[in-house]
Amino acid sequence: MSVITYRQALHDALRAEMLRDENVLLIGEEIGKFEGSYKITAGLLAEFGQKRVRDTPIAEEGFTGAAVGAAMLGLRPVVEIMTINFSLLALDQIVNHAAKIYGMFGGQATAPIVIRTPGGGGQQLGATHSQNIELYYAFVPGLKVVAPSTPADAKALMLAAIRDDDPVLVLENLALYNTKDEVPDDVAPAEIGKAAIAHPGADITVVAYSRMATVALEAAERLAETEGIDVEVVDLRSLRPLDRETVVASVRKTNCAVVLEDDWLTYGIGAEIAATISDGAFDWLDAPVRRVAMAEVPMPYAKPLEAAAMPSLDDAITAIHQTLDAANRP
Amino acid sequence: MIDIPMPRLSDTMEEGTIAAWHKKPGDLVSPGDVIVEIETDKAVMEHEAYELGTLASILVPEGESVAIGTPIARLDDGTGEDVPAPQDTSAAEASTATEITPIGSPAESSTASDTKVRSTQKTVHPRATPLVRKLARERGIDLTAVSGTGPGGRIVRADIPAAPESAPDETGAATTPAQTGTPANDAEVVPFDPIRQAIGTRLTQSATTTPTFTATASADVEALFTLRADLNAALDGTGDKVSINDLVMRAVALALREHPRINASYSPAGRGQTLMHKQVNVGVAVAAPAGLMVPVVHNTDRLAVSAIGTRIRTLSAKAMDRALSPDDMSDGTFTVSNLGMFGVENFTAIINPPQGAILAVGAALPETRLVDGAAVERRRMRYTITADHRIIDGADAGRFLAGLTELLENPLRLLA
Repeated sequence: MSVITYRQALHDALRAEMLRDENVLLIGEEIGKFEGSYKITAGLLAEFGQKRVRDTPIAEEGFTGAAVGAAMLGLRPVVEIMTINFSLLALDQIVNHAAKIYGMFGGQATAPIVIRTPGGGGQQLGATHSQNIELYYAFVPGLKVVAPSTPADAKALMLAAIRDDDPVLVLENLALYNTKDEVPDDVAPAEIGKAAIAHPGADITVVAYSRMATVALEAAERLAETEGIDVEVVDLRSLRPLDRETVVASVRKTNCAVVLEDDWLTYGIGAEIAATISDGAFDWLDAPVRRVAMAEVPMPYAKPLEAAAMPSLDDAITAIHQTLDAANRP
Repeated sequence: MIDIPMPRLSDTMEEGTIAAWHKKPGDLVSPGDVIVEIETDKAVMEHEAYELGTLASILVPEGESVAIGTPIARLDDGTGEDVPAPQDTSAAEASTATEITPIGSPAESSTASDTKVRSTQKTVHPRATPLVRKLARERGIDLTAVSGTGPGGRIVRADIPAAPESAPDETGAATTPAQTGTPANDAEVVPFDPIRQAIGTRLTQSATTTPTFTATASADVEALFTLRADLNAALDGTGDKVSINDLVMRAVALALREHPRINASYSPAGRGQTLMHKQVNVGVAVAAPAGLMVPVVHNTDRLAVSAIGTRIRTLSAKAMDRALSPDDMSDGTFTVSNLGMFGVENFTAIINPPQGAILAVGAALPETRLVDGAAVERRRMRYTITADHRIIDGADAGRFLAGLTELLENPLRLLA
């Protein structure tokens, strides 16, 4: 067991898989000589050489397509897209190719590609570089989308994504790269599609993923300490497949729920969770499901406006109070 | 087509009841026309049209309640969008008349609008969360007998009794459904109207969430009675008349101005706040036929005794007619409840939230007192303050009561 950053956990997973399987290779912009814009691939070019750590031109569609082809022919490429915002340039390769190959070839070919890419705002990178558009991919059958919130999950889900025979998008998060936590040295690949009860509780369910799962945990700890409210945090970990059973079981126990998401409210991940709860736990609900999401604007650049646009710990606590109030519970 | 939504007619309103429709389908409606009377938790108010058009259909019949924002009628503004209701005016009228036939009335002859008729003839379900409805089914609870404390009176789990501890007995004998929540055998059931519901909800909230204490003081009111007699003699012929209660209101207002800690409200913002009000707006509890109403005499401390009296009589008359406007009932900073007219010696009242305190005033009753060693008959009045201890301490209340007593015993100060 060692305490490492989310960044280090991702790096360790990539290195471990490259050592384990020589078909695993990395491809993307600035990942070799520059060691990655966020240094996830630091040292890997030196260790594994140019054949397995490929720097590319600034051409997302091209290198993602190359990786899809390589995957169809037996390699296991891990594509780094510098941030999820640039994945839009590769949308056709991801949605129309990677996601469709297994089905359209009747199972004769697979595309075991991993797309690693960070989302998230809060870094003053402006409207085009601060988005949370994982929904675009979570929407598409044929893709898997995982969204770790802890260093241990970052490692376990990355290992699982590389070994998975389907295309998997690993959603990283700029604000989480420096967070630290314990990671077991022999962490096993996670089961993709399983949510985690990150904090057990009896009073209210808070569903979240990625950065907002850490906010949910903070809210749970704060409310337990200051008001004795017993919050259950469900960290989704995977957006597709979605672990509806864990969400529904939790709400059946607590009778009310709040969803926290960094993306926009309208049509967002929270809407899918709310619908899941309505389908599976309608008769157990004692208050309407509330969602906390980003303001419906392109992310502002100015620091105070950016902070105001992003969902905060206070927003989460307010929504939890409002939901408990609606059920007239202390 | 324009939907006319249930309007928000007061700060605390969450739903409204249609008291009476003034227009019927097919009627031409101009801006400013009264189309409907709506009963809220505070009063019955007229609602006017904002747009020109023809009333196409009534969606909520008289006597039914819906949440704010729910469409209550539809106005045909001539845009000609297709409408499910028949286009012909007379037919529209006929079908809408059927629509609002109360449940249980003989069904009209089958028409093309039959489906529509059925869809609007829903059984009236009390608003309750899905969890509550499930528990009610399982335990045989009659939800019409449960009053809800959730938003808009929604019944939430906290409003129904907890599950019985013991599991059903193993003999398999049929267990009787829990009777909790249903009225005793031969009781007459009087469902709450919005006013009763508002009283119930607000006072339950006040009584169960506010840490209160009470303190009683009394004043020799002989001088007050003398002053009232003098004032009324002087006002003879003007039509104005001053009551003891008017003088008490004036005294309370002046005492509140001197003791601003009492003229305050609790706010949960931050780690809790005391809101010290700049205005002194004393509410007066009025026993209206529909229930307790608390109209507010704004800027009580700036009004002469006779002006306070006039204002209270105007407001009381409006309360009797359920004609108080939201403004008449807003922004109170303190309340006076007087049961003196019933000979009540003293009593305690429940704070009217979010105010910080309320004064319960008893009757002025003759008592034997020792004055310079001799037993004399004097009239004394007792009054009890109930205060929110989060923002008012005992000493604050004590100082306020001492100030009030001083004013009542030296009533010329009320005129100063």
